[in-house]
Amino acid sequence: MEIGLNHYLVLSTILFAIGLVGVMRRKNLLLLFFATEILLNAVNIAFAAISHYYGDLTGQMFAFFIIAIAASEVAVGLGLLIVWYKRYGSIDLDQISTMKG
Amino acid sequence: MFEAIAFYLFAFLTITMFVITVTTSQALYALSALAAGMIFISAFFFILGADFLGVVQIIVYTGAVMALYAFGMMFFDTTREVKEKQGNKFIITGLSALAAVLVVVIVAAPMFADNIRALYPVIEGAGNTQTIGMVLFTKYLVPFELAAVMLLVAMVAGIVLAGKKMDLSLTLMSATEIDEMNQNMNKKVL
Repeated sequence: MEIGLNHYLVLSTILFAIGLVGVMRRKNLLLLFFATEILLNAVNIAFAAISHYYGDLTGQMFAFFIIAIAASEVAVGLGLLIVWYKRYGSIDLDQISTMKG
Repeated sequence: MFEAIAFYLFAFLTITMFVITVTTSQALYALSALAAGMIFISAFFFILGADFLGVVQIIVYTGAVMALYAFGMMFFDTTREVKEKQGNKFIITGLSALAAVLVVVIVAAPMFADNIRALYPVIEGAGNTQTIGMVLFTKYLVPFELAAVMLLVAMVAGIVLAGKKMDLSLTLMSATEIDEMNQNMNKKVL
């Protein structure tokens, strides 16, 4: 019943897969952002677990910087979304394909 | 024993919340499920002895990020059902699982090769917050300051992007003023 590093890594894998499924099947940009947060949190769990089981603080440091990056990503991303919504009245991914790449 | 119970309980709760987040068609359900999942994730940090990280997780994610999302959702039409891409579900799930396994392998590969060493070992006799302070303000001082500058840039960008026309209040203006403003807005390209 002892919880080891592998348990946390498996949990991190499952959460990362859930986030990736969200990124691939969502059309709404706001919900796409939610899925991105899930991805970042899944990796944070892996870092904290490795940091604990190896007695090294580097993992926790990286988790802190990931949280800082997530916060700034949300601020800039939401600002851009609001500008886009004011201009086109929708945040669907399909309507942003104006470059026809 | 209690650690195992806590781990499985919170693992179940977190996975359930995040599955709700990525599958529900209501944006509000997704938001609240995501906030709950963030709090449950902080429980893992507490179990792992990273107390400061757990507190930061609660404050930053459920306090700042979720509040920002809730604020942003007021701008969007969230009462409508969210449309979804109709792709091949097996391909999507398979690719996701493959990518997730790859990420874990990349993180875990040095450990199986046995060449991982503790660069900044946990200091004996100091609490988690104290240890983090010691490492953060000596070895990681430059990245810390860069992160501060990055957050400042993000704040300015958020204000500049979202703050247009926020000096006008629709509730305090008369109907003719609002009509004039709308006509002026249509002339300009935002």
